[in-house]
Amino acid sequence: MSTVDKNGKTERAERLSVFKTYKLYVGGKFPRSESGRVYEVADSKGNWLANVPLSSRKDARDAVVAARKAFGSWSGATAYNRGQILYRIAEMLEGRREQYVREVADAEGLSKSKAAAVVDATIDRWVWYAGWTDKIAQVVGGGNPVAGPYFNLSSPEPTGVVAVLAPQESSFLGLVSVLAPVIATGNTAIVVASERSPLPALSLGEVLATSDLPGGVVNVLSGRTAEITTPLAAHQDVNAIDLAGADDVLAKELEIAAADNLKRVLRPQPVDYSAAPGIDRMTAFLETKTVWHPTGSLGASGSSY
Amino acid sequence: MASVFEYAPAPESRSIVDIAPSYGLFIDGEFVEAAEGKVFKTVSPSTEEVLAEIAQAGEADVDRAVKAARKAFEKWSALPGSERAKYLFRIARIIQERARELAVLETLDNGKPIKETRDADLPLVAAHFFYYAGWADKLEHAGFGRNPKPLGVAGQVIPWNFPLLMLAWKIAPALATGNTVVLKPAETTPLSALFFADICRQAGLPKGVVNILPGYGDTGAAIVAHPDVDKVAFTGSTAVGKEIARTVAGTRKKVTLELGGKGANIVFDDAPIDQAVEGIVNGIFFNQGQVCCAGSRLLVQESIQEELLESLKRRLSTLRLGDPLDKNTDIGAINSEEQLTRITSLVEQGEAEGAERWSPACEIPTAGYWFAPTLFTNVTQAHTVARDEIFGPVLSVLTFRTPDEAVAKANNTAYGLSAGIWTEKGSRILAVANKLRAGVVWSNTFNKFDPTSPFGGYKESGFGREGGRHGLEAYLAPSSPEGER
Repeated sequence: MSTVDKNGKTERAERLSVFKTYKLYVGGKFPRSESGRVYEVADSKGNWLANVPLSSRKDARDAVVAARKAFGSWSGATAYNRGQILYRIAEMLEGRREQYVREVADAEGLSKSKAAAVVDATIDRWVWYAGWTDKIAQVVGGGNPVAGPYFNLSSPEPTGVVAVLAPQESSFLGLVSVLAPVIATGNTAIVVASERSPLPALSLGEVLATSDLPGGVVNVLSGRTAEITTPLAAHQDVNAIDLAGADDVLAKELEIAAADNLKRVLRPQPVDYSAAPGIDRMTAFLETKTVWHPTGSLGASGSSY
Repeated sequence: MASVFEYAPAPESRSIVDIAPSYGLFIDGEFVEAAEGKVFKTVSPSTEEVLAEIAQAGEADVDRAVKAARKAFEKWSALPGSERAKYLFRIARIIQERARELAVLETLDNGKPIKETRDADLPLVAAHFFYYAGWADKLEHAGFGRNPKPLGVAGQVIPWNFPLLMLAWKIAPALATGNTVVLKPAETTPLSALFFADICRQAGLPKGVVNILPGYGDTGAAIVAHPDVDKVAFTGSTAVGKEIARTVAGTRKKVTLELGGKGANIVFDDAPIDQAVEGIVNGIFFNQGQVCCAGSRLLVQESIQEELLESLKRRLSTLRLGDPLDKNTDIGAINSEEQLTRITSLVEQGEAEGAERWSPACEIPTAGYWFAPTLFTNVTQAHTVARDEIFGPVLSVLTFRTPDEAVAKANNTAYGLSAGIWTEKGSRILAVANKLRAGVVWSNTFNKFDPTSPFGGYKESGFGREGGRHGLEAYLAPSSPEGER
């Protein structure tokens, strides 16, 4: 912005930027935490970046309700349609590349070029998973050669609502590496962002909201990991939990709580998120359904069909 | 109802099987006494005759067995898959050779009809070993990474309803993938597992690869909790499954659980009634209803309820209950006094809550544990008999009007193991099967099993699959893209 002073000289004043109020992403909307609380997020050097919502147990429960509500239509969508929507998300991510480079550089203390490489890898990973939606059933399902006059087919189905503890250190690549496989296979998710570096996750919500992804399929919470995940692990309407972002002590506690309704648990393990992922993160949240039917093929008696 | 046919008794001879007065634990290829010297008796549920005295494994025995399995693991896992395959093929063959002996033994120890042990259990047991034998040298083609690795020592705890079949489901994939095992059979049915130990010896299986530790729940708990057990496989009740899930929390142990069920058998108005009736009978009265995937909730479309129930009652009146060794017996004995008490108490609760109880006229033997085939009508979804797993020959009948209502009712359970669909309309089968939250859906048939087919539940019916290619996953380390870890 420029102004002209009394001497006719043009002076360039520093433009005051517009801050963003970071909000949660729940049920396709952007609420503040119902608790009204926030906490300060700083960059890797300790400079203040933003006040972000400090989610409460109630926020976690609201997110479960939203995720459950979205499950029927998301799991029931065609795999092709899910792939299209996931690819659309990658397109939106690409458009916001510069923003994520800045956020990842701030969050992880990386140089601009290194952060750019991380963001590129993240977008590419999202594209990779977008291509899996209509292939995973062919890879892990199939027909079984039953020894009798029946045919049966085994097909993978999403397990339901999955609570995802995003990795603490890898604020964007790690986040996408654990989230994308969950929703690619038709589950709905409640993601607990990295406690120290939640901004890329909260910004991801903005992308998801503008990408044809039905509200509630992904719900993003920020705050204290232990505080939010304890009610999620104990929640009777959550079907599975990915403990990637938990330390050993918290992971054990949550796994014990998860036993109460026999949630599927993916334990934390050392993962190099820059390496090519296998399909384990997808199969961890799939059930196998086997459907039998008589074939009417001629039996020994010759009296069939 | 007086039967048109009066069958002459047709008992299978029990002379084919020699039961010793006592059995030890099978550890490191030898039968040994329990360290604490404890024993328990196994009885025949149809006569209450004591069949044998069995050594009861304690913590020290579990430790010994795990050590033996760990030692054996080094060589066993290093064997070429083709060699492991040959051992499993040998076992499968010996099971076939000794099928009659094992069928009689299983019937004596479990109480189930010889018709079932002979025609269902034993053929499937052999088939499972044959199926997984063939996988042992083809694991890199199974889709779990390029260089699939076994986990180590598998601790396996199995139930009493299909003693030898559950052993086969557990041991065959474990050995094929290069793991070694410590297996605990149920306290009421240890005999066929101990005979299996002898089959391992006949097959020349290296010592310590298979260890059998009879005992009660505490023995199972000790196996699950043992720090040197890498994988836990359990089939049994949901309550125990949850306890196991808590025990393994925070450890590296991989776990699969096959737990309870409350399967819905859905009959639409266009179903072939006679076939459906056979399927319903098979679904709930097979193995005296002591089946986790039993079709224990009959959901019948309202318009055909009367006709179906009439046929069903007529069919139930022809079921023959009695001596399990008789080849004409349909319904054998309940496995234990404890289980009979549980069934009785749940059925009494059903009556107290207002459901209507019906059983065919049925003579009950004086000795042993017996329960007549039972139907409950006027059942609502809130009734205990519609919600709790009874694990006995008890069918709860509910009705529905629309397919959506059938699906909603079928899914209204904490379990998710099995379901049945009866209709002539193909598109309805596929649509309903698609919406059911259950691991196995039988359409126009019920209770079919095959080693090539994955089996396992959704929700509180547990996690993991047994059988088929999928069943290998439970015994292999997670893959990495490079295929090594």
